[in-house]
Amino acid sequence: MNKTDVLIIGAGPTGLFCAHQLGIIGLSCEIVDNLDKAGGQCIELYPDKPIYDIPAIPECTGEELTNNLLKQIKPFNAKFHLNERVEELKKVENRWHVKTSGKQEFDVASIVIAGGVGSFEPRKFPLKECEKFEGKSLFYSIKDKSIFKDKIISIFGGGDSALDWAIELSNTSKVNLIHRRDGFSGAESSVQKVKELNDQGKLNLYTKYQIGSLTGNEKIDSVSIKHDDGEVKEFKTDYVLGFFGLIMQLGPILDWGLNINKKTVEVNTENFETNIDGIFAIGDICSYPGKLKLILSGFHEGALAARGCFKYAKPDEKLRFEFTTTSKAAQERLGIKK
Amino acid sequence: MAKVTYNTHDSKTHTIDIQNGLSVMEGAVQNDIPGIDADCGGGMACATCHVYVNEEWLDKLPTKEDGEEDMLDMAFEPKQNSRLSCQLIISDELDGLVVNIPSKQA
Repeated sequence: MNKTDVLIIGAGPTGLFCAHQLGIIGLSCEIVDNLDKAGGQCIELYPDKPIYDIPAIPECTGEELTNNLLKQIKPFNAKFHLNERVEELKKVENRWHVKTSGKQEFDVASIVIAGGVGSFEPRKFPLKECEKFEGKSLFYSIKDKSIFKDKIISIFGGGDSALDWAIELSNTSKVNLIHRRDGFSGAESSVQKVKELNDQGKLNLYTKYQIGSLTGNEKIDSVSIKHDDGEVKEFKTDYVLGFFGLIMQLGPILDWGLNINKKTVEVNTENFETNIDGIFAIGDICSYPGKLKLILSGFHEGALAARGCFKYAKPDEKLRFEFTTTSKAAQERLGIKK
Repeated sequence: MAKVTYNTHDSKTHTIDIQNGLSVMEGAVQNDIPGIDADCGGGMACATCHVYVNEEWLDKLPTKEDGEEDMLDMAFEPKQNSRLSCQLIISDELDGLVVNIPSKQA
């Protein structure tokens, strides 16, 4: 059991800055995120795209913003639990017990949900029959590539994951790459490589095709694909891989009894607490009159929620308002030596 | 101002007046039309405001920017007449536009 003052759900910019604000007022926290790295949407959706509306930073990328926030919270040594999704919530006396998908357990005084639009999950094929093959002969990510050796693999998608895996697996497997149009969103060099391999007969590229159906019992035997003009092709395949990026899903948080409105959690604007005492929500996931889904709003919300957490973590103490410029206590927590 | 008709997957029709400058996505979200999620809030980063545009309107819409087609690769059952509704900005010229909302966004 991990015992700490506050559990932050979501390691996007809002969650990271909230960790800073908690650290400044002397509270400890741990951070859970379903992705394999910190940064949330900034890293997953637009790591290279510039952001122009962070106060006092005229321009930075999602990745730079994330790295700077990580640097800013370094003194507080907040523990990260990545690749973990929160699942169960239980009130135990005046504390909260939280369990994650990876069976991590937390005992905390309060919870800050900074979950963006939910946790990132792979986008799936539209076909119903895909479900029964998923995890056996149909995958949305690759953990062990050795299972594909000398097999027939049909890869769907046109981004970097689809292209990179098509190139990589073409060394040891028979690869079909199927994409809905002639253009690709992946790197131009990979597109060229795929076309070369196709010309050399080392992989089969089918563009303007989408998945039609899958057949098989325990495992997939064959896949049919459908051209824009209606023509259908069917071929044998051992495995099907789909790379359509990630989608955000609110997941188990929906069942926690929070007031949810259009996939967002209702909060007050005094300290961003939800309808449940001790559970706060900040950033894109929270809603209140006038809410703007901006990173800078998330920072403000995190600062107030951190102070809202104080009374749960230290019920017998009073929080004094201080500036980092002059507060000895805050500077000590930041590890500043004078 | 333009009248936009949204046909939802349950065969219901919603016709709404939308002010110029808003997007077809915002028109749907503000009027509680089901089936447009718009998770990223209009940043062309999620493909959950995907719609099918009625054929006769395809040529009258602004052409797709780089990136819209890339995002449509991720959409649920994209077709030739797929667009991201966050990229369709309302103007008088779009009066009468008809869009069909897919069965799912993801």
